[in-house]
Amino acid sequence: MIGVEARRVAAIAWKDATAERRTKANFNAVVFLAALILLLFGFALGPEVEALQQAAGGVIWLTVLFAGVLSFNRSYEQELENGALDMLLLYPGDRRSIFVGKLLANLAFVLLVEMILLPTAAFLYDLPIARFVLPLGAVIALGTIGFVTLGTFYAAMASRLRAREVLLPLLLFPMLIPLLVAAVEATSAVLAGDAMGDAGAWMRLLVAFDVVFLVASFLAFEYVIEG
Amino acid sequence: MPFKGLTSVSEGRHQALAADPAALELDGIVRRFGRRWVLRGISLRLEPGAVLALTGRNGSGKTTLLRLVTTAIRPTRGTGRVFGQDLVRDAAGVRDAVGILAHHAGLYEDLTAAENLSFALRMYGRRAEHHVIRAGLEEVGLGGEHDERVRGFSAGMRRRLALARILLRPPRLLLLDEPYASFDVDGIQLVNRFAARIASEGGAVVIATHELARGRGLIDRVVRIEDGRLVDRDTQREIAAEQDTAWGRLQAVEGGA
Repeated sequence: MIGVEARRVAAIAWKDATAERRTKANFNAVVFLAALILLLFGFALGPEVEALQQAAGGVIWLTVLFAGVLSFNRSYEQELENGALDMLLLYPGDRRSIFVGKLLANLAFVLLVEMILLPTAAFLYDLPIARFVLPLGAVIALGTIGFVTLGTFYAAMASRLRAREVLLPLLLFPMLIPLLVAAVEATSAVLAGDAMGDAGAWMRLLVAFDVVFLVASFLAFEYVIEG
Repeated sequence: MPFKGLTSVSEGRHQALAADPAALELDGIVRRFGRRWVLRGISLRLEPGAVLALTGRNGSGKTTLLRLVTTAIRPTRGTGRVFGQDLVRDAAGVRDAVGILAHHAGLYEDLTAAENLSFALRMYGRRAEHHVIRAGLEEVGLGGEHDERVRGFSAGMRRRLALARILLRPPRLLLLDEPYASFDVDGIQLVNRFAARIASEGGAVVIATHELARGRGLIDRVVRIEDGRLVDRDTQREIAAEQDTAWGRLQAVEGGA
């Protein structure tokens, strides 16, 4: 039975990834937006390298949030074309497979965007990311898991609504505040060399958020995806 | 004369406790969207082997009723069962038994025809075997479009592909929403052959259509939704009346009657 559900999860993730790979419309738009946000924050913060480095943790995560929301909307948009969502819900088996499949596809997408975003941020903000690849990678991964989990869940909830593009950030961003604070603090601590040893505590908090968001979204998905 | 496999609305309520489960059994189904009451108390019993035509003016609730039976939406009130499985409590079991050729094909535009079927097979919990996909496409006349993206398909080709997706796993209860729209003569006969096969193998078919003559020889019974309620119609007279026009005669020829 688990094998069958795993096959469904893989099918959903494969389908989303293939459609995205074919069009690249969403990926190009998201990467361009992310680069633009980094650049605009750079101008807003001024030319002081120290000020840029201090703000970098916050700027990186806000960029991920704004860029990510675009990809979550797109994830369900293709289901709404030609009534595909109704057909998707008609397949036998556990509907939570749809959530897990979309979560994996969105996770891969956002991580890919971050792989372009981080070196760009390092270049623009003079960040020493090469020295902290492992701890920084762990913080980014933990923050991204929680963010994408909630994003995938709320995008499903908003998918049936008429003004979903506007409603998704309105629903999602307030719920992300605790995760955002933890992710920004952990990122800033790592980039500053973690002299006070704060990063570990923030990362443990991120793990707790991830677990809570994953379990709650998984259990509630079936109720929010129905029309 | 009793109609094959179908009891009337009033009889259906009394026979609900019969030992063998009906293919479809609806009791007092009510559905509203906001302030609009679309269905106001639909009761029906459909036996295995039956082919029911559901008619009614545009917006009368035909598609809503079919969506309820697929479990895509829940009834506001009332109960329903598909081969004994409750529409709300056993929704997963109902989805296992039901297949629908919907108004919208529900295909993925940026995937090829073969990839759409591959996806469907895996969602059915099966392996995406190449020969099964090729056979499915051949059966609906899309063998040459194996690697073509759906974005370039005509409406008729999309419906053929949607039919191929159902053929991968023939349902026990087949729901057809305006099945004759967008199809050419071959496509209409393909749908009718498939529906007849489902009924002959112990399944049942519900066809929501305005083109009764195209289902002549297949349809056992006609019911009409009026003001959110089902009204039984005289099947033969209903089909004959439609067929008594030049348009109806053309439909009957295309339907293979």
